[in-house]
Amino acid sequence: MIRSFFLPAVTLLTAIVFVGRLISLQLLNSSYKLLSNSNAVIQNSIYPERGYIYDRNQKLLVSNQPVYDLMSIPENIIPFDTLELSKILRTSKAELKEKIKSARTFSVKLPSIIFGKISKERNAVIQEKIWKYPGFFLQKNSIRHYPIPIASNLLGYVSEVNKNDIKKDNYYRSGELIGRQGIEEYYELLLRGKKGKKFYQKDHFNRIIGPYKEGKFDMPVEGAENLFLTIDMELQQYGEELLQNKRGAIVAIEPKTGEVLSLVSAPGYDPNMLVGRERSKNFEKLVLDTLAKPLFDRGLQAQYAPGSPFKTLNALIALQEGVIDNETAFLCKKGHFYAHGMFMECHCRPGTKNNLLSGLYRSCNTYFANIYRRIIDKAGENVEEGMNVWNEHLKSFGLGNYLGYDLPIGKKGFIPDASYYNYWYNKGGWKSATVVSNAIGQGELLTTPIQMANFTAAIANRGYFIQPHFLKSINNDNLNKVYEKKETSIDSIHFESVIDGMHQVVEIGTARVAKIKGIEVCGKTGTVENFIKINGVKTTLSDHSIFIAFAPKEDPKIALAVYVENGYWGARWAAPIASLMIERYLNRSVKRKWLEERMLNGSLLEEYEKPYSGKPFVINE
Amino acid sequence: MNNSIIFRIDWLLLIVYLILVYFGIVNVYSATYSETLNGLFDFSEAIGKQFLFIIFSFCIGLIILLINSKFFEQFATLGFFISMLLLLGLFFFGKTVSGATSWYTFGAISFQPSELAKVTTALIIASILSKFKSDIKYPKTLFKIGAYILLPFFLIILQPDPGSALVFAAFFFPLFREGLNYTYLIIFLSAFALFFITLIFPLNLVIVIITLLILLLYFIVKKHIPKIKIWPFLILLIVSIGFSFSIDYIFNNLFEQRHRDRINIVLGKETDTKGVGYNINQSIIAIGSGGLKGKGFLEGTQTKGNFVPEQHTDYIFSTIGEEWGFVGSSFIIFLFCFVILRIIFQAEKQTNKFRRVFSYGIAGLIFTHFFINIGMSLGIVPTIGIPLPFVSYGGSSLLAFSIMIFIHLNFDANRLNDW
Repeated sequence: MIRSFFLPAVTLLTAIVFVGRLISLQLLNSSYKLLSNSNAVIQNSIYPERGYIYDRNQKLLVSNQPVYDLMSIPENIIPFDTLELSKILRTSKAELKEKIKSARTFSVKLPSIIFGKISKERNAVIQEKIWKYPGFFLQKNSIRHYPIPIASNLLGYVSEVNKNDIKKDNYYRSGELIGRQGIEEYYELLLRGKKGKKFYQKDHFNRIIGPYKEGKFDMPVEGAENLFLTIDMELQQYGEELLQNKRGAIVAIEPKTGEVLSLVSAPGYDPNMLVGRERSKNFEKLVLDTLAKPLFDRGLQAQYAPGSPFKTLNALIALQEGVIDNETAFLCKKGHFYAHGMFMECHCRPGTKNNLLSGLYRSCNTYFANIYRRIIDKAGENVEEGMNVWNEHLKSFGLGNYLGYDLPIGKKGFIPDASYYNYWYNKGGWKSATVVSNAIGQGELLTTPIQMANFTAAIANRGYFIQPHFLKSINNDNLNKVYEKKETSIDSIHFESVIDGMHQVVEIGTARVAKIKGIEVCGKTGTVENFIKINGVKTTLSDHSIFIAFAPKEDPKIALAVYVENGYWGARWAAPIASLMIERYLNRSVKRKWLEERMLNGSLLEEYEKPYSGKPFVINE
Repeated sequence: MNNSIIFRIDWLLLIVYLILVYFGIVNVYSATYSETLNGLFDFSEAIGKQFLFIIFSFCIGLIILLINSKFFEQFATLGFFISMLLLLGLFFFGKTVSGATSWYTFGAISFQPSELAKVTTALIIASILSKFKSDIKYPKTLFKIGAYILLPFFLIILQPDPGSALVFAAFFFPLFREGLNYTYLIIFLSAFALFFITLIFPLNLVIVIITLLILLLYFIVKKHIPKIKIWPFLILLIVSIGFSFSIDYIFNNLFEQRHRDRINIVLGKETDTKGVGYNINQSIIAIGSGGLKGKGFLEGTQTKGNFVPEQHTDYIFSTIGEEWGFVGSSFIIFLFCFVILRIIFQAEKQTNKFRRVFSYGIAGLIFTHFFINIGMSLGIVPTIGIPLPFVSYGGSSLLAFSIMIFIHLNFDANRLNDW
């Protein structure tokens, strides 16, 4: 009878449907299992405090400071006076509303940052009034703090990870911090440590009701490391002061260890600009300054022609190749014809006869053009061989390639070889005279200031350099790492005469201004022609002012390269600045106040504006 | 023949009942578990109260088994009258919990008379149908039964507790079994369909649909029976439209937003996993996370975190699903099927009409609860807050269903004795 079977049939049918649903939920669909875990178990990350950064003398460069984030759980908000709260926060009512709206969109139950990075001082004010606004609370956070605003490009900065970072390294979660540029980026792993994880059992209000499985799955925090840099904070600060209102770079290296004592790039910026609430606004400002380029580290990234300091290397190569000796001399007639109808000027008085020593301290172009041609023409017609030998020698000084230092940016520079000229002039289409500009550090050559400082260190060491680096120790323990000692291809006996020449540069030559009482300084000035393109027109600008130096002559403690863009000539800006740096570093104080004053107050800002004024201008005036 | 009830009682059904009650308290314990709980005998806590109610139900059950079966037939009218008085009394002395005035409270203990009304209504319907000269096919009997069902229905819907009221639809099953005209099955099913159509589609569209369907029906019938008059169809049209209107009215005016939201979620009109759909969603997540064998007693993370609201009452099945897995939940479904089918099977054997209709009635009630409650936990039936018999937390419900089971056990044990 159908009536009797109706309810039993419906019951069985229901049971079948239920079991079917259970099969699909519990046996076939494993995603519910995962969802339950993420739903009922909260994973809290615990972050170690980001490591501090000190200079070589244990002086603090970077620490952390507390800031406060105003958080909100939207479902707990009760209607409130948005105008009043926005006044307390010193933001606009519209922005506040917008933030609350987007927090609500994210989740009504989970906390979101409404107003981030509130300073300690503002926090004190807000803290007093926040009780009036249920659903809002303040949460402590930490940002970088720079006790002395220096070395911004070198140190880098810290900011929130973006989608790319997360894609690259799945350690990071949205909202976490990552080091960018400089030391912060290169030593990110040491500075950040490793976040720990704690698992908590949540209830449906997202309240934590206890550790999950007695903390069985928790992962401990691995502490961040404090880094001690090779940088000398005082020297760095002094260098930045000397380069103020100028553009350029100073790189100073301790020759015996390869430790970089200072890396100054001007103009720099106050690293405090890139922390806190104004970070993104300030960063945009820095990026948009395409003329001064404050984010461009001139010490590492700027590729200039090496100019006259390069003559020291050509002299060393000529000695090593045996194409000259100390007494080989050439006559200078305020320049010389290096080819038919081709004249290279020199500032020597007509009829000066220069050997190695005087060639160096007078920076005689004629002398170096001649010895350079001897290097290239050593194998007679086979200029390719001469060119490649020259190229190999230069490479042994770390030119034309990355130096391998511990910062994330850099440029290779450029040292031409035979194949390069073969490409431009065809095989056999060029002679030593064609490439004679290389003799005086112009032409196709490109070097970065740190490469210049590095080869100066190699000269100071009489034949070798240690890979330049910025990390001295981690947590003040000695680094196990031994930095590579790189021998140059020049025998050490050849260095003394070049060093004598460099000493005379300061004593009686082009850079007498760099002389320091009681310290034997060796140096070489440089003045580099340079061009830019303005609206497609190649425009000649005032020459760059360059100086390389090391001191003391015996037992060198500092080697450095100074570039001042459009500084007219080497002895005008670069040599005094280098000399002041040496004095400051070796004597810890500067006696030549008049020179210091002139350098500190000197400004080239007008010079930099010239090409953009739209009016014709005079260079090297 | 041995006269002792001990040898005549259906032990199998009693044991399954006890298993369900035991499984119930185990899961209520888990769902309400907290570190501060002092065990089963902490009577200030839910679990302690439930334990008291179990003891109380067992005592009442024992008494019921010992009472002469005939007593219940005589008691039906009085019982119904008392339970209606209790329902009426709620409007004066009732306590309002989450919007519904459904409770009498005595200190820490509360009592829900609508649960008792299910038993007494089952008794009164059995009583009416079993009277001499009454037959479901007579309009007079049908009208009388309808009135006895609608009275508690309206009293309960006014509390308002639409969920408990809806359960009274369960009496369709014994009535149909007793010979209710097929027309009513069709009406029952079409009312059901119309109910959902009205909720899903806008009212004006529903009216158009109804009109077109009835016109179509009229022309089809007209072809076969040319003499058919149009007025029955017009009445049908008016009644249908009236029904739609009243559903629309009830839905939009009588129901609170939470009821509307719950229904809308299941109808797929809204999907909001953090707001209203939260309950259903969390329940499904909890059940789904149980897997084959479940996470084990007291190990359910969803349960421990109180993610599923009302978990110890309406959503107890989600605890079972999470902690006991597929094995445990299908076992519960199996037990319910067993209980329902066994009661029906034993009812069919009853030659006494009163007892047959009553037993069939409680089978229908248990089925309706089973269907709505587990269906809701699994997300295939709209959220209607009614307990899972024997298992859910709630003294009144446990007591009412225990009384039903024990009366049935009494009837079955005495089937051959006194009729």
